[in-house]
Amino acid sequence: MEDAGFIVSSYVVTFGGVVLYAWYVLRRGKKATDHLPDDSKPWV
Amino acid sequence: MAETSTVRTVTGRTTSTPHTRVLGLVTLVGVAWLVLFGLVLSPADQNQGESVRILYLHAPAAWLAYLAFVVTAAASALFLFTKRHSLGWDRLAGASAEIGVLFMAITLVVGMLWGRLTWGVFWRWDARLTTTAFLFVTYIGYLAVRRLGGTAEQRAQRSAVLALLAVLEIPLVHFSVKLWRGLHQDATVLRPNGDVKLDNLMLFTLLSGIVTFTLMYVWLVIHRQRTLTAEDLLDDVGLELALAERRRESIPSRPPVPQAEVPITEVKVPS
Repeated sequence: MEDAGFIVSSYVVTFGGVVLYAWYVLRRGKKATDHLPDDSKPWV
Repeated sequence: MAETSTVRTVTGRTTSTPHTRVLGLVTLVGVAWLVLFGLVLSPADQNQGESVRILYLHAPAAWLAYLAFVVTAAASALFLFTKRHSLGWDRLAGASAEIGVLFMAITLVVGMLWGRLTWGVFWRWDARLTTTAFLFVTYIGYLAVRRLGGTAEQRAQRSAVLALLAVLEIPLVHFSVKLWRGLHQDATVLRPNGDVKLDNLMLFTLLSGIVTFTLMYVWLVIHRQRTLTAEDLLDDVGLELALAERRRESIPSRPPVPQAEVPITEVKVPS
């Protein structure tokens, strides 16, 4: 069924895109916070 | 005599906190809920058939992009017009714009897939599609401006002005379906007369999508803002080190102190 392919693709694109971006943000965050002491991180 | 410890424990090695972990879990439950209702439990549409299932992603993604760009503008205004000119507002604006661009891209791609099913084509230079693409390109430009050189204050000032101008495009995008009649359908829920023409379960699924996407946005914006804070702090540390290095270089170096000549009496060759 042609519709199913398009519908499933739209869900994959949406959640896949968000997961990739979340992974990029967390990785970048870890890289940056690794070099900082706790007292300079307002959220700790 | 007891030995004093100089080792400092570093606990916050990520941008996560217990609150963001709970928020992340709630968001994941929301995603599972949305997929279940969107793909399985909600009924097919009388006119559009099964393709209506894309509505539960397309409309929430567009809503979220609008929300993100409005937050960017509000944070930019707070940076520009408050006495402290806190860079925290600028970082919130930057984080929100980046997430807005992501969701605008999702809106466009998913909309193209839906367009192929309902109109038979991926793209038409319809008023809504064209203005949405223009909004997307504008915010790509905003992110590019944020990456130009200069201090954090310069970055904040120029991007804040741009954010306040760019947000004016949102009403144009939203009302483009009214201003220029085209292929794109009118608003499904936010109608001026308050009449919602949607089945109850379909409306529930759509609202679930909006709630889930908003939770996703909050989680992402918290982490992105913390990352930007950490990166700005690292930049400051790097700048201070570079300045200290330059100061050290500018002090005239003293002539080297002659070393006392030590006679080599014996050279031991390692066996």
